Amino acid sequence: MENITIKINGMDVSAPAGSTILEAARLAQVEIPTLCFLKDTNEIAACRLCTVEINGGRLAASCVYPINPGLEVKTNTPSLREYRKKTLQLILSNHDRSCLSCVRSGSCELQTLCKEMGVEADDYFDGDKTPSILDESAAHMVRDNSKCILCRRCTAVCEKVQGIGVIGPNDRGFATFIGSAFDMGLGETSCVSCGQCIAVCPTGALYEKSSIDEVTAAIADPAKHVIVQTAPSVRAALGEEFDYPIGTNVEGKMAAALRRLGFDKIFDTNFSADLTIMEEAHEFIERVQHGGVLPMITSCSPGWVKYCEHYFPDMTENLSSCKSPQQMFGAIAKSYYAEKMGIKPEDIVSVSIMPCTAKKFEIGREDQDVNGIADVDYSLTTRELARMIKQAGIRFNNLPDEEFDAPLGIYSGAGVIFGATGGVMEAALRTAVETLTGEELKKLEFTDVRGTEGIKEATYHVGDMDVKVAVASGLGNARDLLNKVKSGEADYHFIEIMGCPGGCVNGGGQPQQPGYVRNTTDIRTLRAKVLYDADAAASIRKSHENPAIKELYATYLGEPGSEKAHHLLHTSYVKRSINNN
Amino acid sequence: MYRSHVLVCGGTGCTSSGSQQIMVKLRDELGKQGLSEEVSVVQTGCHGLCALGPIMIIYPDATFYAMVKEEDIPEIVSEHLLKGRPVERLLYDETVTPTGIKALSDTDFYKKQHRIALRNCGVINPEEIEEYIGTGGYQALGKVLTEMTPDDVIQVLLDSGLRGRGGAGFPTGMKWKLAKQNDADQKYVCCNADEGDPGAFMDRSVLEGDPHALLEAMTIAGYAIGASQGFIYVRAEYPIAVDRLKIAIEQAREMELLGDDIFGTGFSFNIDLRLGAGAFVCGEETALMVSIEGNRGEPRPRPPFPAQKGLFGKPTILNNVETYANIPQIILNGPEWFAAMGTEKSKGTKVFALGGKINNTGLVEVPMGTTLREIIEEIGGGIPNGKKFKAAQTGGPSGGCIPTEHYDIPIDYDNLLAIGSMMGSGGLIVMDETDCMVDIAKFFLEFTVEESCGKCTPCRIGTKRMLEILDKVTKGQAKPEDIDRLEELCYYVKANSACGLGQTAPNPVLSTLKYFRDEYNAHIYDKKCPAGVCKALLSYYIDADKCKGCTLCARNCPANAITGSVKNLHVIDPEKCIKCGVCMEKCKFGAVYKK
Repeated sequence: MENITIKINGMDVSAPAGSTILEAARLAQVEIPTLCFLKDTNEIAACRLCTVEINGGRLAASCVYPINPGLEVKTNTPSLREYRKKTLQLILSNHDRSCLSCVRSGSCELQTLCKEMGVEADDYFDGDKTPSILDESAAHMVRDNSKCILCRRCTAVCEKVQGIGVIGPNDRGFATFIGSAFDMGLGETSCVSCGQCIAVCPTGALYEKSSIDEVTAAIADPAKHVIVQTAPSVRAALGEEFDYPIGTNVEGKMAAALRRLGFDKIFDTNFSADLTIMEEAHEFIERVQHGGVLPMITSCSPGWVKYCEHYFPDMTENLSSCKSPQQMFGAIAKSYYAEKMGIKPEDIVSVSIMPCTAKKFEIGREDQDVNGIADVDYSLTTRELARMIKQAGIRFNNLPDEEFDAPLGIYSGAGVIFGATGGVMEAALRTAVETLTGEELKKLEFTDVRGTEGIKEATYHVGDMDVKVAVASGLGNARDLLNKVKSGEADYHFIEIMGCPGGCVNGGGQPQQPGYVRNTTDIRTLRAKVLYDADAAASIRKSHENPAIKELYATYLGEPGSEKAHHLLHTSYVKRSINNN
Repeated sequence: MYRSHVLVCGGTGCTSSGSQQIMVKLRDELGKQGLSEEVSVVQTGCHGLCALGPIMIIYPDATFYAMVKEEDIPEIVSEHLLKGRPVERLLYDETVTPTGIKALSDTDFYKKQHRIALRNCGVINPEEIEEYIGTGGYQALGKVLTEMTPDDVIQVLLDSGLRGRGGAGFPTGMKWKLAKQNDADQKYVCCNADEGDPGAFMDRSVLEGDPHALLEAMTIAGYAIGASQGFIYVRAEYPIAVDRLKIAIEQAREMELLGDDIFGTGFSFNIDLRLGAGAFVCGEETALMVSIEGNRGEPRPRPPFPAQKGLFGKPTILNNVETYANIPQIILNGPEWFAAMGTEKSKGTKVFALGGKINNTGLVEVPMGTTLREIIEEIGGGIPNGKKFKAAQTGGPSGGCIPTEHYDIPIDYDNLLAIGSMMGSGGLIVMDETDCMVDIAKFFLEFTVEESCGKCTPCRIGTKRMLEILDKVTKGQAKPEDIDRLEELCYYVKANSACGLGQTAPNPVLSTLKYFRDEYNAHIYDKKCPAGVCKALLSYYIDADKCKGCTLCARNCPANAITGSVKNLHVIDPEKCIKCGVCMEKCKFGAVYKK
């Protein structure tokens, strides 16, 4: 790949052929402002914020315009600055500008750009507004088109990355709005609740339905015993809401904050991740040895599970019958833990902190309860936790590092890596291989299934069997992988699928990063590294060696796959159709 | 062997006025008179003199009947066809002279025209491929496939100076050359038959009247650039054109002039139709291709250009119908023949659709360089009702107005650009003193706001805000600062929009601001509309000297706004008046006026 030399603002800049003006400018330390641009996902040059002058006057959208030898670019002329302000003012003229009460105030990309570009009169171009109605039909989120700037990032992620496409532009011109087909509310469609649209939305147009009020009310209620579990990925990203660099492990401060928020017990989903491994490894070995349905596919990602039910309904038998770690935790909390502590299950309020929005859908699913009592009562996103901490006035950055409570806060390294794509597979292999061979593993790292590629494959020789595994994250990749399985092109034994690209660390409930960070930083790898480092430093790194898990089975569940385990920890699935909830 | 041919125009205009029924009646009447074996009835395409439709031309004498009605048929058959006596009252009046019937080609409408793209329209039956072949059709393709190389074809086009007739005027030879240079396993030849400009129907007439010219030219294009598949993207609002194209494609395939191994030369080319779905923006090059691909018709960023990466990511050329219609003749007559017509940088002819305040509304084809005055006063027959020329709009919603000071401008691509307008696809709307230029700008802007795809901020929101300001101006609610804001927006939208729709949407506004600022000022400062168009600024009055108290106006007023008793002066209540103008229409004494 040869380099081309162009001129940017009078300076010579050398950049690889095929670069866009935006990329070349970055090499010269000029970050041209962008709004709709999302690398590899949304490259449509729609917002026009990134326009620059080329070769003496004509404007070009720098985010997509390819450089050529002799190109002369100006990025900061007086008229360009005026144009950028006008673009923002026009967007503002068709925008609900109630920043003071907006959940994205402070992290809104439109707000940031207005400040940076020096927009002075936000009402300069006021006129008619495109009419819109709030869409609150989905279990997990709200769509507010009055704040939508039609950047199309949500559409691009849903259609191209997730391969689903339940939202998109309707109508045209000034009347254009993002919505589902045939005026359906989002909740009526085959949306899988993955929340990737929220993750990439630059404004307050998309946000999760919040349960903060219910949780704070429960905490304030003396009759309730409120316990909280935190997913592995939360500790890898929560710090971003408090100005820590991406990839900072804030586990200790997180536990300390939760305690100060008033939760009665601070537990860890990592514990139940280990539990899931126990049940799932057993299930897998059963299927292999007794001719069960293969490939077996993991079921801890509720976005993936709903996707399977809508789009591959004839493969729901392949799904593991195990509940997700979140749900297993809730089931154990309201049975084993309740009995151990002498608390009535109805008095326990089980709250989870998740990097995920689909978990809000999952808690309401059929067969995610025990004896009529829901396993988990409320699921909050990482973002909601950050808001709770700020609203309580807790100075997160100054907190001491604290520990989780026993017994449901004890975990192994295998449980912690659940948040990264390939983590569940790796954790499962550690237990399955040792169980099948009876020998201790010399190397615990199954590096073939690590990394952020969309689809990963590996074959492991276990005992006298070649176990073929595959890992996919992002539902577009899941679709491609499953089509290969359906067509007979591939014959895996065990597949891990996570709904979000890169795994839960990049979940729909994680702190939002603006476009220019997403475009230039590998946040998935940075966040996943927190988990792999925590695993490497853990004293116990295999789920079956977690003492709390061993005690749970010894004193309560019996064996993995026992009748009690089945009753509490396994679930069932529904066959759904497309464009129908 | 027929002794007489009756050509009846089957174009959309004449069809709307009943030409299909006329043909049925004609065949029926001929049958009754026993003339079916002697007189043939031929449906043709548009003759261009649409103001006088339905049109009928009887050969061999070339009698031109205008505004024919079904009731006239028995007389035409018995008088003209049976007895050889033309029906004088139906003749096109200009052809009637003391010394005899003037030839059509000598009439003011036709004598300065040079019909190349329209040469077969009105002459042949477009549903009979043999008639197209009879006028030299498919000979150019034969010559190309058997005597010329692809590079030869491209060179001919370059030498001819043919520029795209869709509006932008890009040299056609250059476009084909760029596409030929890019290697790919598949290339495409597309035809833009979306013709979205309001008031434009040039392409429609070619599609309806001479569809084979398009097919032949596209096949030639395929040979030149190395493509084996063509698509005609035609707007669904042209059902007659769609039908004629389907018939033409079917007939060309049957004769093996389309499809595999054309003329036995081994060259294969297929053409398929794709129908538009009612979006003006799909006439934009990349949006058209996105639409063919089955997606929402929104433009794509360029570069890469379609010659490199177009339809389905392959090298593609897209040309306008009229551009293609010229090509077979250029091949047969040679590039020098074409380059001998027109101006230095704009060769050949251009088809214009004359509309608005002009006597001879219809289609004309004139050499480039013909002046606006010649087109309007000589060919167009001048402004009706004794009114004076005020401005002409070319280029539709993307163009600008041409005022009296440029009346003698030789029309070509560069001259029009230089005065703030553009050639556009050929729509030419004529305006007189009863047209308000602010209202005209608003009309075109309403169109672009409605048709904007909505993808980019400047066009989606910017044009809407521009329209809101213009609306205020026409209602007398604007302030001087609003015009500054309007101009700011115009330049911003022009520079920043992602495609031609947004980039040219401000043109009508900018050109009317440039040449008719005083009209804007009257609306803003005086709250008056000098042309008497903007309703909010008008009031209707009854002249006391002329009113006879007949009560006709009061009885017809839909808003009960007029009071008065018999034989007494009637008065209009401005609070109730909705300015519909019915009273003015009904008054037999000219007592109602507006100002």
